[in-house]
Amino acid sequence: MVDLNLSINTDLAREILTGFIRSEITRVGMSRAILNLSGGLDSALSCALAVEALGAENVVALRLPYRASSPDSLAHAQLLIDQLGIEGKTIDITPMVDPLIELEPGMSNVRRGNIMARARMIVLYDQSEVFKALPVGTSNKTEILLGYSTIFGDSASAINPIGDLYKTQVRQLSRSMDIPAPIIDKPPSADLWEDQTDEKELGFTYDEVDKLLYLLVDQRYSPREAVEAGFEAKFVNTVITRVRRSQFKRMQPPIAKVSNRTVGYDFLYLRDWGT
Amino acid sequence: MEAAVIIAFTLVPENHDLRDFSYFVAQGAARFFSGKIRPMKLNLALAQIETKLGDVEANLAKHLEYIERAKAGRADLLVFPELSLTGYVLQDLVASVAHKPNDDDPVFKPLLKASKDLDLVVGFVDEDSRHRFFIASAYLSGGRLIHVHHKVYLPTYGLFDEGRFFAWGDSIRAFDTRFGRVGMLICEDFWHASPPYLLWLDGADIMLFSSASPGRGLNDREKLESARWVERVNKAYASMFTAFVTHTNRVGYEDGLHFWGGSTVFDPNGEELSHGPYNVEAVTFTQLDLNQLRRTRARLPLLRDERTSLVQKELNRILSRG
Repeated sequence: MVDLNLSINTDLAREILTGFIRSEITRVGMSRAILNLSGGLDSALSCALAVEALGAENVVALRLPYRASSPDSLAHAQLLIDQLGIEGKTIDITPMVDPLIELEPGMSNVRRGNIMARARMIVLYDQSEVFKALPVGTSNKTEILLGYSTIFGDSASAINPIGDLYKTQVRQLSRSMDIPAPIIDKPPSADLWEDQTDEKELGFTYDEVDKLLYLLVDQRYSPREAVEAGFEAKFVNTVITRVRRSQFKRMQPPIAKVSNRTVGYDFLYLRDWGT
Repeated sequence: MEAAVIIAFTLVPENHDLRDFSYFVAQGAARFFSGKIRPMKLNLALAQIETKLGDVEANLAKHLEYIERAKAGRADLLVFPELSLTGYVLQDLVASVAHKPNDDDPVFKPLLKASKDLDLVVGFVDEDSRHRFFIASAYLSGGRLIHVHHKVYLPTYGLFDEGRFFAWGDSIRAFDTRFGRVGMLICEDFWHASPPYLLWLDGADIMLFSSASPGRGLNDREKLESARWVERVNKAYASMFTAFVTHTNRVGYEDGLHFWGGSTVFDPNGEELSHGPYNVEAVTFTQLDLNQLRRTRARLPLLRDERTSLVQKELNRILSRG
């Protein structure tokens, strides 16, 4: 296996990412950030970065449990809220979610999980209006590339400070920012059903897939070169297929072009236009 | 006329070979008639600023503010980054932010006026008479436009898309200033070795580079890969061309892109004279001792020994191979 070092300069990462949050929020005339704190590591890191960027008084954390959510998730989210000294708000999504799920008995885990993720998105955007705060994203590079998220659900945000960090880099940065150990040490999980863990569902570990993605994406290795570097051909194919099939989750929906100037193709402005 | 020649001779800087008659005519005589003597110290200021994307008025106001700061610091020359008047990822904003560097232009008028107090390099979108748009740097001095450089290498790969929106510049020229002969390049221009080399042969002893360089390549090293690369080549050019090489890079964010600042000045020995901070707005002041050119080149005559005919001969051979 080729020797791979995905570790990052965490001081520099903090400086760049907190600067990003500050810039992107203040340039649109806002000063506050809001995010869904799941009790997991990704949202914990986004939250800690937002606090470092904007100050504790400018960050609101939502805890949005469903009746089947792990009690640890709520407790771990509270642990971080207390440590950072930020405002927390808890809204049970069960009364929103259950009526929809009960309409069709026997609904699959995936459908139920997607409904929960999208319900949380609705609450996040609604509360962002209440607090006049911009929703900060919590998706990391690994799950974005693998498409391991619910489109218009947990992937929805106004800005995402951690979307270019692989999961293993999220862990490293989280350690440097003193995220509580129980959050760093527990197995990553979307907590959409009992005993769900990311690595069980994906069929491989973040340590493995991060190294492979780093070679394929960042270092532009061909699949064959990745195999020569020591990865199993089947694993390489599985990952490449996942990345290709989930491209739609990383894009705006394509617009059928009929006019001379069409949003997305030849009407090109950054979001930061004029700021 | 004879008197003029004698006096002009005395005005030729001591670091220049007097046998170079073209230089004498271009420099000494011009300076004699303008009545100015080239100073041997240059108080340089590099302004690494944030910009507002597409808001030229706001960016102009910031330029004027930084000009005041540079004047307070007794700077002779203040250099702003690439596209300092417009912001970087302009895309479809290009035509709406273009300006012409003359007195009739509402943006350049106050800048030209300010250049009576200190020389200025500003980054802007230049529109030519046939409505081609260029990424450009203008050198302003004494209320006049001295030189405009159009970016000759437009990166159109990876995260860059400049070739889609801009015309390619088609000349690389050094030009005369009150501090000696200077050359300007913009970002990708100096990622290629040939533009600095041409400026060197064209007489530039001070190379003013400007960038809007997006940071990339975070790993466990002290600096971003992009910052390390840029600093390495700046140091290399200063060393190989025994010239002053300065780099002014902007800071701030545009969408997810982060500009890292870290302006630098290297002397003709390749030594770093100053280094601005990373990621924050700053003015970096540096005094250049222009006599260092003479001392370095007396020790290390790379310019004297450069075999330009050989280069030309081999280039002709290489380029003629169909």
